[in-house]
Amino acid sequence: MNRATLIWTLLFILGGAGLVLNTATRGAGKAYVKQVPVEFVNVSDDPDEPRWVEVTSEAALDYDLAQYPAADRIGWNTYEGAEPRDYAEAMRKNPNQTEYRFSWSRTIGVWVAALFTLFIFSFLYKDNPLYKIAEASVVGVSAAYWMVVAFHDVLVPNLMGKLAPGWVKQWAIPGLENEANYWYIVPLILSALLLWRLAPKGAWIARWPLAFVIGTTAGIRLLGFIHGDFLSQIRNTIVSLYVVTDGAFDWWASGRNLILLVGVISALVYFFFSFEHKGLVGKTARLGIWFLMITFGAAFGYTVMGRIALLAIRLEFLVDDWLWLIDPLGRRAADTAAMIMPLLM
Amino acid sequence: MLDFLKTLDRRWIFLLMGLSVLLPIIFTKTFPEEPTVLAQNVFDEIENLPRGSNVLLAYDYDPASEGELSPMSTSFAYHCAAKGHKLYFMSLWPVGPQMVDDTVEDVIKPKFPDMVYGVDYVNLGYKSGYEGVIKVIITDFRALYTTDAKGTAWDAIPMCRDINSVQDMDLIVNVSAGYAGTKEWVLYAVTPYPDNVKLVAGCTGVQAPLLYPYIPQQLKGLLGAIKGAAEYERLVIDAYGDDLAALNADGTPIVNADGTPKIDGLYTEGQRRMGPQLVAHLLMIALIVVGNIVYVLDRKRGGRR
Repeated sequence: MNRATLIWTLLFILGGAGLVLNTATRGAGKAYVKQVPVEFVNVSDDPDEPRWVEVTSEAALDYDLAQYPAADRIGWNTYEGAEPRDYAEAMRKNPNQTEYRFSWSRTIGVWVAALFTLFIFSFLYKDNPLYKIAEASVVGVSAAYWMVVAFHDVLVPNLMGKLAPGWVKQWAIPGLENEANYWYIVPLILSALLLWRLAPKGAWIARWPLAFVIGTTAGIRLLGFIHGDFLSQIRNTIVSLYVVTDGAFDWWASGRNLILLVGVISALVYFFFSFEHKGLVGKTARLGIWFLMITFGAAFGYTVMGRIALLAIRLEFLVDDWLWLIDPLGRRAADTAAMIMPLLM
Repeated sequence: MLDFLKTLDRRWIFLLMGLSVLLPIIFTKTFPEEPTVLAQNVFDEIENLPRGSNVLLAYDYDPASEGELSPMSTSFAYHCAAKGHKLYFMSLWPVGPQMVDDTVEDVIKPKFPDMVYGVDYVNLGYKSGYEGVIKVIITDFRALYTTDAKGTAWDAIPMCRDINSVQDMDLIVNVSAGYAGTKEWVLYAVTPYPDNVKLVAGCTGVQAPLLYPYIPQQLKGLLGAIKGAAEYERLVIDAYGDDLAALNADGTPIVNADGTPKIDGLYTEGQRRMGPQLVAHLLMIALIVVGNIVYVLDRKRGGRR
């Protein structure tokens, strides 16, 4: 065994032992839920058209729900995420309580999220099978998620719900009230034509709906950019260079407007290639380069800030939700934070 | 020493960067925030609306940008709810409704238990179509939104009955991670109807420089990345700090050593993440300086140009 392998083996053993100890003694990485009962009452007299009202809803105030028999009631339990502090408090008051409980599924979720975060980070050391597993899982889960979203949030409400609202209301969108709109047969046909490219013959038919998509998108964007970017930005650049505030010359505002104007003109000159960049044009173009460089620097700085923020939330997740080393939201009982925090602080 | 720095394994840099972010998180170090004009403008737009105004909260982001944007979402929702506005949540991103659900669970339900779904706030859910959605709902909400995210009919939701289009909103608050996001709201909602539609936004750092040209005519205020979020949090805490105290298990507020209420950690997320920002940025500056010194010394020694 070479030295690197030995070091990594020791690190894994120590890390694993630490995790086991942390979980066994402090409950770190555990997730809890709160049981919330849900109850609906059928307030309709017509057995063919039941009307279910949730007992805690605003609509329930219009009825005397106590008069309805058990046969007109249905209920079940849902589970909301709960803080470890609330679970500990509930257990302290009554060890036999069932309102708050440990959740295996959410705990596994926390551990999978934590381990996959570490798997992804491991790429910084070098490419490895754990990173590949995490990468492949992200791709697979994302693709599946997009398929489900595309069906339930796009096809069902935007196509099926328009063509057959009664049918969709029965199984997908209970509140759907609109009438059938048969103009939506046109996009249905265009969709079918788009899929034709998968057929062995006549793939060219898919170009028609594609042309429609490209044409409408180009039209919408062209108008948006001409109106919102081109014309509006010209208007926004027409600013006063002599700003008077409270009866006095405002140096700050005037200087800001002057920089804005000089920046826009010089940057535009840099992109003007009909003249050779010599003399006054060349000097203005060079000034434009400076403005562009400052802009790129600002963009780079902002990007760095964004990336560090993303790293921070992942590390915060690891030390807070998973390892319970910190507790900025006060979610845990004091005794679980007390074992390691004093050592760190 | 020069040769050591020239051949330094980049993984040591990764480790240093990781520690520079991790240590401030563990020691929960925060620094004072001085709000800029842009953050103040965002705050004022929400603050100056009359109580009960209609505010459209468009959460156009997903978990990949949660670290930067969820502190803004939390503060936006709290500020609007504290002012008694009616909140219309929507999203142009498929995972956006889950971000809305998180905000409702973390902010609305615990802090404003009297707010009623459908009367004081509603989740309109996700609609596909990017800027196409904005182009439609800017003149007709019902053409796309026949129900809310739960499947309740539009006209069965009390707070939606009198809403016909986005122009009926008194303010749009957009939290944006990219396309479709703030730029599309500017181009397709504010620009065609500048007298009827007002927009403030919070965005990721990558987007912020591209959105500055729209301020102030097309975009009233902008929170750029986690720094903007921290500044806005400061303004909200200064205005509503007494109601944001962290509570003991018995419901009493936790008090700091100086007698001031300890602010609930949920409302200081942005400020907490500025600690890692400071240390990581100092490290980056140091690395850039060291890198350039090594480069110049190497050139003087006749190294590769």
